[in-house]
Amino acid sequence: MTSPRPTAEVVDVDAESHTELDREDQRSQEAGSQPASEYASPRIISPRTASTPLSSDAALEAKPGPSVRLERLRAFYGESEQVKGIDLEFRANEVTAIIGPSGCGKSTMVRCINRMHEEIPGARAQGRVLLEDVDVYGPSVDVVAVRRAVGMVFQKPNPFPTMSIFDNVAAGPRLSAGRRGDVRATVEAALRDAGLWEEVADRLDAPGAGLSGGQQQRLCIARSLAVDPEVILMDEPCSALDPIATLKIEELIDQLKTRVTIVIVTHNMQQAARVADRTAFMLDGRLVEVGPTQDIFTNPSDPRTEEYVTGKFG
Amino acid sequence: MSAANGQAGLKSEDRLARFALSPARRRRDRLARGSVLAGTAIAVLPLLVIVYYLLRKGLGAWSVSFFTTDPTGNTFFGSSGIGGIKSAILGTIEIVALASAIAVPLGVGVAVWLVEYGRVSWLARTVRFFVDVLTGVPSIVFGLFVYIVLIVGTGSTYAGYKGSVALALLMLPIVIRSAEVILLLVPSALRESALALGAPRWRVIARVVLPTALPGMLTGVLLAVARAAGETAPLLFTAAYTMKTGFGLGGFMNSLPVQIYKDVTSPTTSVEHRAWGAALTLVAMILLLNTIARLIARRSRLA
Repeated sequence: MTSPRPTAEVVDVDAESHTELDREDQRSQEAGSQPASEYASPRIISPRTASTPLSSDAALEAKPGPSVRLERLRAFYGESEQVKGIDLEFRANEVTAIIGPSGCGKSTMVRCINRMHEEIPGARAQGRVLLEDVDVYGPSVDVVAVRRAVGMVFQKPNPFPTMSIFDNVAAGPRLSAGRRGDVRATVEAALRDAGLWEEVADRLDAPGAGLSGGQQQRLCIARSLAVDPEVILMDEPCSALDPIATLKIEELIDQLKTRVTIVIVTHNMQQAARVADRTAFMLDGRLVEVGPTQDIFTNPSDPRTEEYVTGKFG
Repeated sequence: MSAANGQAGLKSEDRLARFALSPARRRRDRLARGSVLAGTAIAVLPLLVIVYYLLRKGLGAWSVSFFTTDPTGNTFFGSSGIGGIKSAILGTIEIVALASAIAVPLGVGVAVWLVEYGRVSWLARTVRFFVDVLTGVPSIVFGLFVYIVLIVGTGSTYAGYKGSVALALLMLPIVIRSAEVILLLVPSALRESALALGAPRWRVIARVVLPTALPGMLTGVLLAVARAAGETAPLLFTAAYTMKTGFGLGGFMNSLPVQIYKDVTSPTTSVEHRAWGAALTLVAMILLLNTIARLIARRSRLA
């Protein structure tokens, strides 16, 4: 087992182990100018290259994403333990829904996957989060690179208020060091993939905050797609949206899973049933049950799961 | 009352009575509204009086030569010979500009550290405490400090830039505190979504947090600038008083507040009038700066 190690701080990149990883990294072989400070990671199992902008016609072609495995994951806010040792695998190119009552640690667990949890003062995590075979809490891992590979969509749509629609989507490539290329093509491809291109193509310079809630959330999805992530974490992405906007996001999730691994936290059990291949049920910081969505909703093996999905509590 | 005692058949009237506004409540409401309004009026009144007197007395002193000549020190031949406030205007602009160039980047930097890095750490709490202490230090103490360190300590004499240092020290806590408050108002969701894109923290701060906070920060900076521009005490024995126009910050330098101070204490009426003109000029300059900065902020927000 892993020894507990301090995780609440940004770990310096160990140059040596970096080179080692880089050797296997196709991306850095193809783009020789790639700075060595780039995190080389599960991209080793992904044949696609980051330097290729997502061209619109080939946008949603199937690409293998990585699997994500949690091993004995524990998460704390100060002294209080919110996630109490979870072992769980999110399979590649599948949508896994996390359900459970409020405060059961769903969001906290998901935020551990791209190490956003540690952004909260006093928060820390223990255990391992394996992106294919690399522990994102490993000592030589650059947290910035983890977040580039694992995108996140938040509960409330939050486009950058000072930026236009275009700049919002371009923010990822521009903000992350050393990855430029054709930003315009990347933006268009990301907006197309998020199903927003037709609606905003003629007003890319308008403020992103001027869009409707559903459009803003798709803008946020486009923004996270623009850095070409391998995993996308969605923390109740539809809870602030109306049913029609929700439906659009759900369709989008269904299309995106051909090239990314998706983890979605939801309070809406119908939504879990509609979009997820597998569903995990959490209670009080622990994983109660995980399985094919069909089974969780129709034939759960744990009585607590049955009580929850049939509305007896929660 | 009367509606409540009405006939049983008039149900709608009964219902109306339940929701009727009682005279007592109406009175209390009027009283509360009245006292709040009166308080506002009392607060605004001195402001209006100040502006009125500034305009009435100050405008009379204004003329082209008022802005283009230096004070002569000659008070024997009426208002024509006393000269204007050119050296004071130039001095104030230069001294305050240098003070802002020192205090604003430094102050914003400290605020960024406090909010984005230091957060609730022991060091951050200590820094906050000292910034608060610094806010309460009387301005003359900053002047005294600079006098001891830069003038007595170096064995040299007064200079414009020494005045700037004193004003910068005065501005620093104001800039830090206001910038910190504004940075705390930037939703953490914005930081998180930028970090989740795989952006290094410094880029998140430079490209997302600071642009979002810019309009609010400008207000705090302007407050500090206005405060510094009006200070007399720290300049009296750091930049000194001189009548001549000095362009270099290395020499003695005049400034509007010091000029006003000297003029008001003069026994000559025409010189006293110059003080009103200088005061109006100072207020007009700060107003102008405020307006320009706000226009810039509005434009940059849309871009």
